[in-house]
Amino acid sequence: MPTDKPLLVVENLCVSFLTEGGVVPAVSGVSFSLEQREILGVVGESGSGKSQTLLAIMGLISSPNAVVTGSVRFLGRELLGLKRRALDAIRGRQIAMIFQDPMTALTPVHTIGDQIIEQIRAHERVSRAIARKRAVDLLDAVGLPSPESAVDRYPHQLSGGMRQRAVIAMALSCNPALLIADEPTTALDVTVQAQILELIGRLRDEFGSAVILVTHDLGVVAEVADRVLVMYAGRVVEEGGKGQLFREPLHPYAWGLFGSIPPMHGPRPARLTAIPGSPPKLSQMPQGCAFGPRCTFRHQACIAQPSLGGAGGHRSACFLPQDGRQDLRRTLAAGAVPA
Amino acid sequence: MLTALVSRLGQMVLVMFGISVVAFLIFFATPGADPSARIAGRNASQETLAQVRHDFGLDRPLPVQYALMMERLFVSRDLASFVNRGQKVVPTVLEAIPITLSLVFGAAVFWVLGGLVVGVVAGATRGTWLDRTLMILSLVGVSIPVFWLGEVANLVTQSRWHDSWLFSWVPPLGYIPLTEDPWGWFKALVIPWFTLATLYIGLYGRVLRASIIETMQEDFIRTARAKGIGERRVLLHHGLRTSLVAFVTMFGLDFGALVGGGALLTEVVFGLQGVGKLTYGALQTLDLPMILATVIYASFFVVMANFIVDVAFVFIDPRVRDAH
Repeated sequence: MPTDKPLLVVENLCVSFLTEGGVVPAVSGVSFSLEQREILGVVGESGSGKSQTLLAIMGLISSPNAVVTGSVRFLGRELLGLKRRALDAIRGRQIAMIFQDPMTALTPVHTIGDQIIEQIRAHERVSRAIARKRAVDLLDAVGLPSPESAVDRYPHQLSGGMRQRAVIAMALSCNPALLIADEPTTALDVTVQAQILELIGRLRDEFGSAVILVTHDLGVVAEVADRVLVMYAGRVVEEGGKGQLFREPLHPYAWGLFGSIPPMHGPRPARLTAIPGSPPKLSQMPQGCAFGPRCTFRHQACIAQPSLGGAGGHRSACFLPQDGRQDLRRTLAAGAVPA
Repeated sequence: MLTALVSRLGQMVLVMFGISVVAFLIFFATPGADPSARIAGRNASQETLAQVRHDFGLDRPLPVQYALMMERLFVSRDLASFVNRGQKVVPTVLEAIPITLSLVFGAAVFWVLGGLVVGVVAGATRGTWLDRTLMILSLVGVSIPVFWLGEVANLVTQSRWHDSWLFSWVPPLGYIPLTEDPWGWFKALVIPWFTLATLYIGLYGRVLRASIIETMQEDFIRTARAKGIGERRVLLHHGLRTSLVAFVTMFGLDFGALVGGGALLTEVVFGLQGVGKLTYGALQTLDLPMILATVIYASFFVVMANFIVDVAFVFIDPRVRDAH
């Protein structure tokens, strides 16, 4: 891993929404950092604050009822509270974003070529012809068949996979140092998913981009990520290298997540374990550890809010003693749950 | 594309045929609507009535009557008014058309520009005092009756302050042909234009604001913002362009209806002898040939405006282009 200063440092990021029912926290105190050329996977259920975290980083939370606090530093520069003009000089050029639903992410009345050219010309002083040539090359690079004609097509004339490729081509058009992908494969067929993931992996190799990849699909994370962030109810509950986290997850929530995937090796379990209950409503967050009500190992200490702790870059937010956690995990997996 | 155009034109002809048949039946074949009685005048003898019926072909079967009427409207164009004997219907309508077209075209320019500005500014500044002020103003504009506004404008510009420097340029009420005196044409119409456009500026501004606000919540707007292209470009290039559907649809309907005679109140207030006023007069005297001519004329413009709107959609929205 490069030892340069980190590309992105997020500290104590909070996003909350003022609603009629009071203040609803969507993201609470999220902190992480990202190195150059690193691929960070962010996993969590729907509503765990993944997307809101990304949107906050990009300054894309436009709701007048949203309150965003904390710090997001990109190459040492604070992004939160930046003026629109300064932010626009970074967005699209140095940080690009791929959105979840390719069907609605492109403006329906402009050709994909025009939309890519628009982004290139917003950031670089190049002629339309040169920008167009680059758009064709980009579409070719992301594997869109016959890019010469595809460049003049409207979004509705392309399939979902092709649209997502077009969105990715657009995101890559200015060689961003950081690519933020919000569930880029969720809306796609499995075969297309694999191709898109391969493409994202290639990005780092060819363009040297760092990637934040948000997903609720652990398979996707296993495929491409270097490091993983597990989010639950607006907080980071576990953070670690992919190997560490998949081998020895530390947080009971992560145990539940991994327990719900059919294992590839070893004896076949009688049935897959599911996490009991459902995620808390953001407007009615339980006191202390948000996972507490669903946790088999809940105890006295869980009344308080646990903070991220641990050694060797593998940290979790849980009060269980570090030693012996893996034993607890195995009892959970075996189904012998203590009362 | 060409076949679509031809089939569309065919549809238009069919619609107009249908309208002409219905209009004809209403005025000539409903029980009690005896045209010969109207032509012959009150207390005419039975002989006179029979004579009139024969002269006008009213004693022949309905389809023949219809064909005769259409022949005299479109081919020989010698259909005469039942009320003002000797007044040919077709030239009278043709004389009124430029007046109405001038009035509605000019007003349309004002209301499209005004509606765009009000809608875009209010949509972009949603929730601010500017937005609220614009919305209140446009509500006022929608609520003011056009004849009242016209009369007030006349009162101010023709009488009270006509001798002041402010309104001394305003010519007396009436129409000045564009071909005779373009500047005079403009001066005579600019106040009627504003009067007619006021309602529509308010209406279109409100509709456009609503659809811009809706569009600005879309995912593709977020994508556009993420590209770093500046909010103005996001709003105009991505937001406005996709918000125009309702605006254009309404424009087609309103424009067609106004050219077809809907601008009657404005025409009356400003002494413009347009199609609306012609229709109104014909209806008052139950001048059947004139009514028939103006109804068919109006239907032509409504159908035509709808056609133009459909063509406009092809340019605005590429999805419509492929739907055919």
